[in-house]
Amino acid sequence: MIMTTLLKVEKITKKFGDLYANDQISFDVKKSEVLAILGENGAGKTTLMNILFGHYTPDSGNVSFEGNAIEFGNTNNAIKLGIGMVHQHFTLAENLTVLENIIIGRQSIFSLSLPKRQARVRILELSKKFGLPIDPDELVANLSVSEKQRIEILKTLFLDCKLLILDEPTAALTPQETDALFSTIRNMIETGLSVILISHKLNEILAVSDRIIVLRNGSSVGEIDTNSADREKIAEMIVGKKIDYPQKKKIPRKSKVLSLTDVSYKKTDAPNLSSVNLDLYGGQILGIAGVAGNGQTTLAKILSGHFKPTQGKIDFEQAKSVHTSPKSFMDLGVAYIPEDRNSDGIVGDMEIWENAIMTELDDPFFRNSLGIIDKKTSFDRSENLCERYDVRKQSIRQRSRLLSGGNVQKLLLGRWLMRNPKIIVACQPTRGLDEGAIASIQKLLLEAQQKGSAIILISEDLDELLTMSDDISVMYKGMLSNPTQTSSTNKLSIGLQMAGDGF
Amino acid sequence: MIKFRLEERAKSPYWLIILSPFIAILVAIILAGFLIVLAGANPFQSYNQLVIGAFGSKNSVAETLARATPIILTGLAASIAFRAKFWNIGAEGQLYFGALATTLFGTGLVVLPSILMIPFLFIMGALAGGLLLLPLVLLKLYYKVDEVVTTLLLNFVVVLLVSYLLEGPWKDPMSLGWPQGKSVIGEGVLPQILSKTRLHLGFIISIFFAFSVWFILSKTVIGYRIKSVGLNAAAASHAGVPIFKTVLIVALLSGGMAGMAGVTETAGLKGYLTLDLSPGFGYAGIAVAMLANLNPIGVIFSGVFLASIYVGADAMSRAMNVPTYLADVIVALTVLCILLSLVFVHYKILFFGAKKND
Repeated sequence: MIMTTLLKVEKITKKFGDLYANDQISFDVKKSEVLAILGENGAGKTTLMNILFGHYTPDSGNVSFEGNAIEFGNTNNAIKLGIGMVHQHFTLAENLTVLENIIIGRQSIFSLSLPKRQARVRILELSKKFGLPIDPDELVANLSVSEKQRIEILKTLFLDCKLLILDEPTAALTPQETDALFSTIRNMIETGLSVILISHKLNEILAVSDRIIVLRNGSSVGEIDTNSADREKIAEMIVGKKIDYPQKKKIPRKSKVLSLTDVSYKKTDAPNLSSVNLDLYGGQILGIAGVAGNGQTTLAKILSGHFKPTQGKIDFEQAKSVHTSPKSFMDLGVAYIPEDRNSDGIVGDMEIWENAIMTELDDPFFRNSLGIIDKKTSFDRSENLCERYDVRKQSIRQRSRLLSGGNVQKLLLGRWLMRNPKIIVACQPTRGLDEGAIASIQKLLLEAQQKGSAIILISEDLDELLTMSDDISVMYKGMLSNPTQTSSTNKLSIGLQMAGDGF
Repeated sequence: MIKFRLEERAKSPYWLIILSPFIAILVAIILAGFLIVLAGANPFQSYNQLVIGAFGSKNSVAETLARATPIILTGLAASIAFRAKFWNIGAEGQLYFGALATTLFGTGLVVLPSILMIPFLFIMGALAGGLLLLPLVLLKLYYKVDEVVTTLLLNFVVVLLVSYLLEGPWKDPMSLGWPQGKSVIGEGVLPQILSKTRLHLGFIISIFFAFSVWFILSKTVIGYRIKSVGLNAAAASHAGVPIFKTVLIVALLSGGMAGMAGVTETAGLKGYLTLDLSPGFGYAGIAVAMLANLNPIGVIFSGVFLASIYVGADAMSRAMNVPTYLADVIVALTVLCILLSLVFVHYKILFFGAKKND
């Protein structure tokens, strides 16, 4: 079969200040092909896609689509040519129906009515053709994440897109939903469309793509046929060095450190929990799987003292919690890695050393009796922490938000590990990190386990849960399943539970 | 077409940080100069009169520094609060509460030797200012009631309370009908520090507090916590920083500073409580704090600057027959220019053409 070139990208360069976000990047996309673009955060994937879709103007380089040069900086032009993009964060109007959302971008603002009838026929046709079942009259607010994604894809198909760009499309999907998405992608390829897939989940990329381009520090470092690709080799290309994957060693369970009995949370400020029971033992890693928004974050906040359960009790090994506050839970030996490390973890505008000692300020070691901070001790501690946990920085006097995501996470985790916590509640500890940083974080958690810490690992990444956990529970609509031993379960059955099976 | 883009600086150069407020002030003065022209006067002569009015003689310097005293204290109040992102707009009310406390305790209820009486009045004034803020901060912490609204509105309530007291129960019978409080007893009056002027001990005290606040904010655990709560309260709370306690302390410190501004005016400048004790010192404190970029030492300078504009503008308006309101305009322009200058301090501006040919 002769493959015709649909999109040709030639020597695209985009600078932000002194930083090359894209440096001489060239590649092409053929008709009926899935091209995967892989790279760490900051490798330049998003910049590149924003150039293709007309959000940015490159400093130099050309892009042609079906032989015609595209006009940079013009999204409408990109859409007209047939480029469609589904962003990681959806752009749907929640208060409109599916049908209205799909056709809304097409109407002149002066038209008085929407030509709904023809549109409905066409949408149902597309929906059938590509295996994207929808109800055109449902309100978008009532849809699940994967349904919303379907709408986004249909929106681009409705605009006659020939090249679909998907930015981290599986970030919030269950394995079953991911499979469904991939079969849609295959349907699209069969009908002659092309797809650019941006992802950091290697397994998925290997499963669905035809070709892979790896970006690192703004440059393209390699192009591989998926058929001849090797997982570890790609991971190395992404990071630029050999990755030391952590090995899990099981250790015998120690005594119980925490138990939750019939814990419920019924308020309007967060997803609710109903009658959650949980036992946690020293040296155990308990994985908690679940689709985002089913109450995992609420559970984490209860376990870290941020939320007070409306019902039920929390018993720690040494004491009943008498007072619900992050501080008192900390004093009972709880460490909490929040889901969003930038907004809940680090104070970006404070210096690294200031963040490093934030948990320690009640310790007389770091302050004198008048409450004056001992800078020398604090600096030593911070240097020590950064060295021990490999936080790469220029100086501890540097503002923390200049650190990369992986280094921020190492700083936050290191800050807790310095305290030898009894219980670590880790929420999505590796989300959005690159392979190298993921490996370091996982290694640190496993080391803590070896030292006897009990770990609750909340993650949407099933591979991570399966490699790290001793036992796995699934959360669904605020309920928590009984834990199953990791050795006696698999992705498929966890996936079914995530969709509500057995609850 | 020329386009431009702002780009964040990794580190702002020191000369720029130091120089930017001066450039901003210069720009503001030039802009206000146009208004002086519109008012029909020569801007150079007018500014000359302003400077003479503010710094031209021993008396005018003393007058400027005396005026700066309460502004420095309310500026400190705003600096502390704004650092923690606690938007205390109520320094005016807290100032009057401090003044009420001075009148309550300083006009004969308590009699102590001067060395004790003056600190006692300051403590009472600070407590009064802090206590006024206490219910508001509790409303914020428990029920998320917006403190901008409550602190601002309470100002008017307090001023009306003062008015009621001065027209009624607290009216000094010796005042010949003027609505003013009883005089502060001799032991409580802040002594002059420059003979034959109105400059009193309060100025030294305000500078002492500026340094104290600087010390607290930059060296101590509580200052560190205030900073962390202001910059990212969620992250601070996750790291075990007690948000509730920290905000409470911020409110008490902030209210306390504003309350002491009431003490300096009542026991220092005037000697008794009046209805026009503060021509908006509480609000001026916000401008002072902004000008100083919330730095307590900077507050001393911006406080003196603001005071000199107000004092000098009076002289200017008498000499040149231009409205005194120009002082407010200059201050407002300066604040705007300073805020704008912060953009230049933190960002580089890059110009580039819309189309490039390669």
